[in-house]
Amino acid sequence: MPVEAFVYDAIRTPRGKGKVGGGLHEVSPINLIVGLLEALKERNHLDTKQVDDVVLGCVSPVGEQGAVLPKLALLASSWDQSVAGQQVNRFCGSGLETVNIAAMKVASGWEDLVVAGGIESMSRVTMGSDGGAWVIDPDANAKLNYVPQGIGADLIATIDGFSRQDVDAFAARSHQRAAFARDNGYFDNQIIPVLGLNGELILGHDELIRPSSTVESLGKLKAVFKDPGEQLFDAVAKLRYPEIEAINHVHTAGNSSGIVDGASLVLIGSAAKGAELGLRPRARIVATAVTSDEPTIMLTAPTPAAEKVLRKAGMTVADIDIFELNEAFASVVMRFQKKLNIPDEKINVNGGAIAMGHPLGATGGMILGTVVEELERRQQRFGLVTLCIGGGMGIATIIERV
Amino acid sequence: MSYFSSSKDADNIVTLIMDDTSRPVNVMNQDFIEQLEATVNQLAEEIDTVSGVILTSGKKTFFAGGDLDEILALEPHQAAEYGEKGLRIKASFRKLETLGKPVVAAINGAALGGGYEVCLATHYRVAIDQRGMVVGLPEVTLGLLPGAGGIVRLVRKVGLQAALPILSQGRNYPATAALANGMIDAIATDNDDMIAKARAWIKANPAASQPWDVKRFQFPGGNVDSREILSFIPIAGATLLNRRKGLYPAESAILNCAVESMRVDFDSASRIESRYLGSLSVTPEAKNMITYFFQMQKLQAGAARPEGFERSKINTLGILGAGMMGAGIAYCAAAAGINVVLKDVSAEQAEKGKAYSATVLDGLIKRGRASEQSKVEILARIKATADMADLSSCDLVVEAVFEKQALKATVTQQAEQHLPEHVVFASNTSTLPISSLATASRKPENFIGLHFFSPVDKMALVEIICGEQTSDETLARSYDFVKQIRKVPIVVNDSRCFYTSRVYEVYQDEAAWLLEDGVNPVLMENLAVQTGLPVGPLAANDEVAQRLIFDIKNSVRAGVEAEGGSYAVDAAPYQWMKKMVEELGRLGKASGAGYYDYPIGATKYIWPELRSLQSTQAKENATATISHQDIKDRLMFCQSVEAVRCLEENVLRSVEDCNIGSILGLGFPAYTGGQLQFINSYGVKAFAERAQQLADRFGARFQPPKLLIDKAATGEKF
Repeated sequence: MPVEAFVYDAIRTPRGKGKVGGGLHEVSPINLIVGLLEALKERNHLDTKQVDDVVLGCVSPVGEQGAVLPKLALLASSWDQSVAGQQVNRFCGSGLETVNIAAMKVASGWEDLVVAGGIESMSRVTMGSDGGAWVIDPDANAKLNYVPQGIGADLIATIDGFSRQDVDAFAARSHQRAAFARDNGYFDNQIIPVLGLNGELILGHDELIRPSSTVESLGKLKAVFKDPGEQLFDAVAKLRYPEIEAINHVHTAGNSSGIVDGASLVLIGSAAKGAELGLRPRARIVATAVTSDEPTIMLTAPTPAAEKVLRKAGMTVADIDIFELNEAFASVVMRFQKKLNIPDEKINVNGGAIAMGHPLGATGGMILGTVVEELERRQQRFGLVTLCIGGGMGIATIIERV
Repeated sequence: MSYFSSSKDADNIVTLIMDDTSRPVNVMNQDFIEQLEATVNQLAEEIDTVSGVILTSGKKTFFAGGDLDEILALEPHQAAEYGEKGLRIKASFRKLETLGKPVVAAINGAALGGGYEVCLATHYRVAIDQRGMVVGLPEVTLGLLPGAGGIVRLVRKVGLQAALPILSQGRNYPATAALANGMIDAIATDNDDMIAKARAWIKANPAASQPWDVKRFQFPGGNVDSREILSFIPIAGATLLNRRKGLYPAESAILNCAVESMRVDFDSASRIESRYLGSLSVTPEAKNMITYFFQMQKLQAGAARPEGFERSKINTLGILGAGMMGAGIAYCAAAAGINVVLKDVSAEQAEKGKAYSATVLDGLIKRGRASEQSKVEILARIKATADMADLSSCDLVVEAVFEKQALKATVTQQAEQHLPEHVVFASNTSTLPISSLATASRKPENFIGLHFFSPVDKMALVEIICGEQTSDETLARSYDFVKQIRKVPIVVNDSRCFYTSRVYEVYQDEAAWLLEDGVNPVLMENLAVQTGLPVGPLAANDEVAQRLIFDIKNSVRAGVEAEGGSYAVDAAPYQWMKKMVEELGRLGKASGAGYYDYPIGATKYIWPELRSLQSTQAKENATATISHQDIKDRLMFCQSVEAVRCLEENVLRSVEDCNIGSILGLGFPAYTGGQLQFINSYGVKAFAERAQQLADRFGARFQPPKLLIDKAATGEKF
């Protein structure tokens, strides 16, 4: 690689419940980004003229999230007008994709300093409001054997034999880990509180974490995909999985990722540009990968994505100190862990989206930052970040603390 | 030769009468295309002197559809050409509806397919409410779609959600129903009333245009980007996939085309529709379904009925045995206006059988499909009795007692004591040879098999079985009776289990072979459904009941061994039934335990122990070597190969009897066109080769019969 790409900073908003009454519902998507842009500039004493591009993920780029929101946010901020902006969509992998794009821009030598990250105000721009052929074009819909993602998650649980109790236990642990990390200040450096017009605090912490969650309390929740599955979609899924007699519907609102609002930014640049600006490198981007797997089950590609990125890096599972797989659904992480034989203490060590929420386009940037912080706290070396993605895709990035 | 005649009245209203003088019906042929174009062009030229147009028909039927022979002859490379051909007719329709003057369709008779599409290209549709007057778009039943603007206009006229059932079910709608669902706009009592209403509408709407040609047109029920439609589309897609498993391309194309047509302007939508029609016109599914349609016409015309006998009518039907079958037959006959004597061993049993008709009718009344009055009349036609002497007034008797030869012989003889000599005596056996049962009769030439299917009131098929001595007259009278009760007759020759039961047994047996070979039962069941079979073979075994199947096998075995033959006692089909019945006590669905478990109030599931009854080695071997396609092919090929044997052995007397019997009686999937058409569609030679492969790998039951090998060699189809 001609130039190596380094992470200089990674910040995020807290995650607010993604509905009316949620902590960030009153804040527009553009202002979520502007707040982070100002904070990034301020805490790094950044001469923003030095930034080439701001590449942000957004999964529903319509309405007030439409029309290249990253550039519009730049224009609404105090950043220099020479900075360009673009919006990227790779469904739930969008945020991590921007990190990888930024790394590639820098590694190619053609740009020196790039901001990655993402945005999703799920309370203001409803998930799915961007339509899409897989849902609203019946021809594409049939060719994909499209079923809602939750059916895929339940299918994974069925195939891998995860019971309702298993997935609920996983979810309870996510809450406990997230609460412990929050209470011990593990997220403090990463979170930038969201402030109002007059500097007043709107939200300073993740809203969704419920440390009191137990297998018993989670066990009372309704399996969300049972009715639509049994009425309609299970049979569609079985066209691809004829060895399955009945899908065991185990996923609920409690063991799936929460719907939240939030944004993230990751500052990525070359060693030379960092040195020139007096920035301290925190991690090196070692390798990146995207791949795709069977689309009906949709959520299994983190495994091949991780295998691919490890191959690229010339590493093995044993070389990685911490794994971070977005907790889209409990079964997704459980399958990944089982397939790659990862011990509990190495994966999602500070909880995940089940406890804190998954602001679609922003998540990749958020969990990358979480891993940077945790590697520093543990003084460990390698982290692997990955997400499952709509359409059957998977994405992965390996970073090394420096 | 002319197609259109035109006249103008004092009010400057032009009446166009479609009347193809060279044919008994109006069809969408080249003459129509050319003369419609000329006629519409003429109208356009004189439009300033015209106040409106009434389009009607000079035939009893308003207009029949397109030319199906032409479609059958299409080669795959002609898809685009065929699609584009329709654009010319669509241009004329478009011109007609944009003349700027009101055009009314005065629908004086059935307007189906292309006939209804003509009506859609007018501004107002008035139909006479009379017998035989139906409108509809049956193209889907032929594996096609309405390609002369039917989809584009209907979706714009009634909206997506209202249009889809009409387009994708292919039903015919009488005038009142068509008025209710928006297919027509007014009803007339007779021809004069129809013309008067058409004229009145023209006068009241001097500048009529189609709603979709008006600015800011909104689709009824919501535009394509409305919340209603956006949430409806994925449900519609999944529902279709769920129901049809992607096996019926016409239904998929209809949904796709309907939705796409909403996203673009009218002319683009028209082209999209034509492209879809082109693509469907060359599919094997369309060819199979059209072939089936022709074969059904031939069958309904009485190809299998012996000539030289006057058409007969049954006034009073006798039924021996008021069980499920007898009760069902009684209902169908009484509903068709026949008096029925329903006889069982006790008056109580007989009354119980009669009560079935009341139950069926109550269900129909609930759904608005029968009246209390009709219930009273139908029930009054059924006399429940325990007295054989009551049979004396019958012209035809159907015996529907238990499937035991000795019992059947006894009741035959008892009944005959009370019957006049000429009476046709039919046995509703599903397995026992008719010639052998006939030996109990004093007049074997009057003895015949009438194999009904369960539930009788829902199943359209009756398999007529001719014994060795059955006379042509008996066959003709039985045939007429089946038609009289509005069932579809196929005629076969005698043999053990005849045609349908024989093939069905082979299908059920294949389940045992698959189990023996270690195939995952769940996989087998799902793949069966994915090939379009209504239920998996294990579920089918359960429905019939393992106990009954085992009884039949033992009776067949006894029969075969009595004739000095040998029966494959050690083979999987017999052994699995024996194990289920004698060792495991899993007797069938009715007993609550078969290949499935039947939890009360919950969905059935494969009996978990079943998998452990299969040998580990077989299971491993199956996973490693038996592909999904192998399993699907085994379930389909076993049936078609056996059907060829039936044809070869002259049990089946015609190809259409097989194709129609297999679809209506055995649930063989409609997209195949039937068990023998399935072979044609696969390619006779390719089918024979694949059957040979299956025989080499899985057993001689797949061995291509000589008839198949011969046809494969000559390239001749079934």
